Amino acid sequence: MTENSPPAIEIRELQKRYSGVLAVCGFSFSLARGEVLGLLGGNGAGKTTTIGMIMGLVLPSAGSVKVFGIDMAKDRYAVLPRMNFESPYVDMPHRLTVRQNLEVFGRLYGVQNIKKRIIELARELHLEEFLDRESGALSAGQKTRIALAKSLINEPDLLLLDEPTASLDPDTADWVRTRLETYRKAHGASILLASHNMAEVERLCDRVIIMKAGTIADEGTPQNLIERYGRHSLEEVFLDVARAPATQGTAA
Amino acid sequence: MSTKNYRYDSGFSFTRVGALILRYTYLLRSSWPRLLELVYWPTVQMLTWGFIQVYISGASGRAAFAVGTLIGAMLLWDVLFRSQLGFSVSFLEEIWARNIGNLLMSPMRPSEFITALIIMSLVRLAIGLGPVAVMATIFFGFNYFALGISAALFFANLVLTGWAVGLFVSGLVMRLGLGAESLAWTVMFVLLPLTSVYYPVTILPTWLQPVAWSLPPTYVFEGLRALLIDHQIRLDLMAEAFALNIVLFAAASLAFRILLERAREAGSLMQMGE
Repeated sequence: MTENSPPAIEIRELQKRYSGVLAVCGFSFSLARGEVLGLLGGNGAGKTTTIGMIMGLVLPSAGSVKVFGIDMAKDRYAVLPRMNFESPYVDMPHRLTVRQNLEVFGRLYGVQNIKKRIIELARELHLEEFLDRESGALSAGQKTRIALAKSLINEPDLLLLDEPTASLDPDTADWVRTRLETYRKAHGASILLASHNMAEVERLCDRVIIMKAGTIADEGTPQNLIERYGRHSLEEVFLDVARAPATQGTAA
Repeated sequence: MSTKNYRYDSGFSFTRVGALILRYTYLLRSSWPRLLELVYWPTVQMLTWGFIQVYISGASGRAAFAVGTLIGAMLLWDVLFRSQLGFSVSFLEEIWARNIGNLLMSPMRPSEFITALIIMSLVRLAIGLGPVAVMATIFFGFNYFALGISAALFFANLVLTGWAVGLFVSGLVMRLGLGAESLAWTVMFVLLPLTSVYYPVTILPTWLQPVAWSLPPTYVFEGLRALLIDHQIRLDLMAEAFALNIVLFAAASLAFRILLERAREAGSLMQMGE
């Protein structure tokens, strides 16, 4: 990586309109290599749509998304092997065992030594005991670990996480956060994290973007935001932003 | 570029096609009811039509029924129907499992997905119809494989039509969600009366006959009757069916591509599931 290397994500004037309703109102931001960026926002703020556009699953109405300098609208397949995604809202096939699922996704991502990689992941994420059980028979916490394993199968340089700890008990959620921190340190990966959990964002993220009604309402480091708003936690900052009157087009 | 432990295939990748086939094979292996379902209905159909043929042949003494036109037509109809169903069900498995997002966000290309669905359609056909074709020989003396080159031509044309319809229906499900799922199970039955599966096209009203001749399977079923009744191999009919199939498959591929783009525009791929 050189100083001139393009950022992990570079978004310019990104806009998404659904049936005349503006869901994402033309904002710009970037994610530096090795950085963890938090996307905060209430329900319907546009977080998932933004992630969908970064992955190429949702077409932008206007603007551009570049990942590692590659325009996702033109050549997304050139960069998809370097990315991965996790969300509790996208499942793994229930009838396949954990090992079978990881093998299939490993092959899809072109992982060279799949068996070795599965053993590595099983050890790192404590999956050994249920590697040969059907994915659908696992608990919510175990399923989250499997989804995390799938998202790390190709050792991605860019990881997109959509509420990765939603509906998890505090212990399992803490465990997932620790694993993400470990992965980032070990691989220098860039992470975009959409979350409703302010403590999680405060702990994991170098920088935070607060979205509101499809715009960027504010952004900064967690500490910087807390100081600027004169609050004690990011949650209080979030509530201040969420309850302030909406001002479209004031994106930072 | 990264030096991580993966290989990037810049174009069409048989490795990714293989990954998808592995996924569907694991799925089939994991569930004996799924395997049983593949064989069960074709067997019931074959027995029903086989006994009807025996009864009509005995009652009327008509040679046309004695040479297996009914049971042959039933087998070919099942090739058509089950090639589409095999394609569509593999696709629907991804929607039911809420896995389509994982797939479409992976490096898998739509062309690789379609290739895997086509191969799985053939696998499901082999599992479902192979034993039934053998049973038809044993119980009713109709040996499909004895039709030789015609058997291959009939099969090729019918699976092409089945895949084209399966492709179009999959595109509709992607765009409209599971509300369009029922089409996967029923759409092919529109072709049952129109393609003259069990009777000659001339039986249809005159105004409906051009519609029948615009559908590739019609040529196959007419070709079957020509072979069994008149002992003629009608390569001209097979060529016309193939030409129509090329047009149909190209149109279905275009429709799939457009419907996928519309689904990406509408953002519907993010929420797809049961």
